Amino acid sequence: MKKKYRGCGFGFVLPSLLGVLLFIAVPFFDVVRRSFMKAASGTWAGLSNYRMVFSNTAFQTAAGNTLRFEAVCIPLLLALSLAAALALYGLERHVRLLKSCILFPMAVPAASVVLLWKVLFHENGLLGGLMHLFHLPGADWMNTPWAFWILVFSYLWKNLGYDMVLWLAGLSGIPISLYEAAQADGAGRWQCFRYITLPNLLPSLFTISVLSVLNSFKVFREAYLAAGDCPHESMYLLQHLFNNWYRDLSMDKMAAGAVVQAGVIFMMVLLLKRAWD
Amino acid sequence: MWKKLKMIPLAALVFVCVYPFCFLAAGSLMGKGEIQECLLSVMADADGYAHFPWLPRYPTCQSYVEILLDSPEFFVMFWNSVKLTAGILAGQFLFGILAAWGFAKGTFPFRKILFTFYILLMMMPFQVFMLSDYLLLDWLHMLDTHRGIVLLCIFSPFPVFIMYRFFHQVPQALVEAARLDGASQWQVFWHIGLPGGSTGILSALVLSFLEYWSLLEQPMTFLKSKQLWPLSLYLPNIGLEDAQAAFAASVIALIPAVLVFLAGQDYLEKGIMAAAVKE
Repeated sequence: MKKKYRGCGFGFVLPSLLGVLLFIAVPFFDVVRRSFMKAASGTWAGLSNYRMVFSNTAFQTAAGNTLRFEAVCIPLLLALSLAAALALYGLERHVRLLKSCILFPMAVPAASVVLLWKVLFHENGLLGGLMHLFHLPGADWMNTPWAFWILVFSYLWKNLGYDMVLWLAGLSGIPISLYEAAQADGAGRWQCFRYITLPNLLPSLFTISVLSVLNSFKVFREAYLAAGDCPHESMYLLQHLFNNWYRDLSMDKMAAGAVVQAGVIFMMVLLLKRAWD
Repeated sequence: MWKKLKMIPLAALVFVCVYPFCFLAAGSLMGKGEIQECLLSVMADADGYAHFPWLPRYPTCQSYVEILLDSPEFFVMFWNSVKLTAGILAGQFLFGILAAWGFAKGTFPFRKILFTFYILLMMMPFQVFMLSDYLLLDWLHMLDTHRGIVLLCIFSPFPVFIMYRFFHQVPQALVEAARLDGASQWQVFWHIGLPGGSTGILSALVLSFLEYWSLLEQPMTFLKSKQLWPLSLYLPNIGLEDAQAAFAASVIALIPAVLVFLAGQDYLEKGIMAAAVKE
């Protein structure tokens, strides 16, 4: 019986797979090939494009910022959203309403919220006014190293609800009987959290980190819409750099840069997957 | 006591999440004079600080009237957004549903490896494919067209990933039973897969809508002609000098997303949660 169905289901995958191969994978392998060529003459260039990318100061800044952004944002988001999920988990009333409110930023298009960012973070804007009220020094936030933190804030704002729902899914998978047994044995609130909640959430942690990284790439939208092509140096991300290269038609840099980035993400996903399985 | 205390940070969080909406709504109902008075220091770099009331003092629908009746280009942009989103969603669903079903219930060789390949593609940010997308569209003569943008987005692996989780939960016994009774592959998909995975399909739809309604990177890179731009590209160009129009336009761009969010919130949550469940 089994044998008859071998190969079954492939027909369903085929249209999508063909599309992915033709429109995503093959063009990308062409780019891999080009990354070893000189764009102008089409001759073999070896690793010179890669050398050019790595020695490019703009690339160093952008890659550094992007890494720094991930390193700051992901742990912050994971911790904050877990705290929010735990706070919501024990509530009996208003859970739905609270969840809706916290998820709401997901629905707000970047283009709409940018208006508030501009008014809030302008030198004479709302935040400046608030600081002035408390006699604290203000700043032209978007044009100082604060710009980086504005980006962090807007990422947290947008993704907190998403991650909170993910944590809630993990929390709801922990059997209540575990807590009851622990309480019967005299475990306190902290002990329950430390020895039951955290270990049971560990399997969710990897998925949630992967999805948070995935969503972190979209923060470019807010960065671009709020600050344009040339933002403050502290929020200059890899996407800004690629846009500039695209405008200058620096094909060889783009090709090598894309391959480097794909390689880094490939390694990261494989590592996370190994930890996950 | 503990319960009361934790309401304070939760309330603060809710405020931060919802305030932008109140801000935009209040701003869009203000008259020109009131906006200028509130935001003068931001708009004209004057001294002092901007302030913003909770409710407009003299509410008026003037800015909506102006943007809806007097600026035809706004309609064009809105329509462009609708066209792009609808095209992308339709394509994603045609290919995505089939692929997700195949991955979830198929038994063909290399299934796991292929699925991992999809997940890998899903993780790549736009800039990785920026050059390859450009070369592809250039080769197909689809630069600066809506068709080109749609083509780039319909094979996104993300909806496949979400729907896969739901199709996976369709009981295998049901599928086997139908096959034993002589149902063809297509019949199994149509009568068991589709109804069983309908929640997943809607979940992926809601997630995709929210994503593509504010799509920025692809149109920004590949659409040169302004009359093809979606709202997400057009809005930031209004600028604070014309704050009234910016407020009204921002709210109108927000409305479809909010409606989908409110109508599909349960599906949205299920779609998010589906990704967290380990196989």
